[in-house]
Amino acid sequence: MEKIPILRMGEFLLVTIQVDMHDRLAMTLQEDLTTRINETGARGVLIDISSLEIVDSFIGRMLANIAAMSRVLDAQTVVVGMQPAVAITLVELGMALPGVRTALNVDAGMELLKLPLNGHKASRHVSRR
Amino acid sequence: MSKGIQNPKTTALAAVLAKHESSVLAEWIKEMAGATRRADLMNDSELRTQCSSVLTLLRDGAESGSSDIRTAPWHAVRELLTEISRTRAQQGFTPTETATFVLSVKKPLFNLLRDHAGNDANAVASELWSTTELIDSLGLYTSEMYFKSREELIRRQQEEMLELSTPVVKLWDGILALPIIGTLDSARTQVVMETLLENIVKTSSRVAIIDITGVPTVDTVVAQHLLKTVTAARLMGADCIISGVRPQIAQTIVHLGINLLDVTTKATLADAFAVALDRTGLSLEHALKTA
Repeated sequence: MEKIPILRMGEFLLVTIQVDMHDRLAMTLQEDLTTRINETGARGVLIDISSLEIVDSFIGRMLANIAAMSRVLDAQTVVVGMQPAVAITLVELGMALPGVRTALNVDAGMELLKLPLNGHKASRHVSRR
Repeated sequence: MSKGIQNPKTTALAAVLAKHESSVLAEWIKEMAGATRRADLMNDSELRTQCSSVLTLLRDGAESGSSDIRTAPWHAVRELLTEISRTRAQQGFTPTETATFVLSVKKPLFNLLRDHAGNDANAVASELWSTTELIDSLGLYTSEMYFKSREELIRRQQEEMLELSTPVVKLWDGILALPIIGTLDSARTQVVMETLLENIVKTSSRVAIIDITGVPTVDTVVAQHLLKTVTAARLMGADCIISGVRPQIAQTIVHLGINLLDVTTKATLADAFAVALDRTGLSLEHALKTA
């Protein structure tokens, strides 16, 4: 049975969805992920969906559910790399995924995870000369 | 007198056209000089060539004996009239002038047909009727083509405007701006949304500013479209700021009960840019601190 790998990176879990999601796979992922969060005591989950081309309302709801479940398990979720078409589809379906944090790519997502919740951003200065 | 059996009336028209083509042409042009001649848009020789080719093709059509202009013998006439109405639409003729161009051939034709039929009142009446039917349908066809070419023009301009109107501007590393000018409808919003989102991916920008200074009115539909764009950008991991909210628009938004609470709105693009810099962790300083 195919499975979506869940990688551990320090105190975060990394999930890269590289195949087209079907409902069964999504349910398996939900189960695996919650188990892994529990086992590892991870503080953050990063889901990379940049290869995901097709979504439906079920997958949208699954993403929202995973985020909500992780929050209950004291890990924050960041969804990264959503394609424009996927974003438009979700909006048209009326699923704005409130409570799910998003970032453009894995880099930005990791940065977001590393930020303490009430932390200040390190600011870079640009000067004009 | 009439040689064809199947339709002697239209062949009478053909005979008249064959015999008196040049006089019909002269009369026709004289006829147009009164009401519909636009010397400012078309010169004499051009008009003369156009008229004479119409007459030639009209004769060919009439000789076929068919009086239905949708049939094959009239194909050449239809094509010529399509071309004429297209150029006239572009040159700025009014619909009336374009239709009257065809209809004004009636008078010279009728005169000749009357002479041709002699004293037979019945023959005159029936010939006039079939000719008037024919010319009317040609006139209607001409104005139909006129409007079709105008519609084509409008559609093309619409498409061109759609392409022109959605530039995505890069303000800084990771900051995009999208100045919207003109009214937002569903088709335009779709294009705006897609170009913005694609550019966010392409430039991996974290902040996008939608500037609505050039949007004349914001109603519930437009607001809905804006909110959708903002939400889609958020899903991809970019922040959206709406700038250029004019006082009247702010009033309208509140009166309509549109909820923009989740969206950052700023009065000017400059304010929005300052917020965007702040969010990307940048800040601007005056360099002229003289040491």
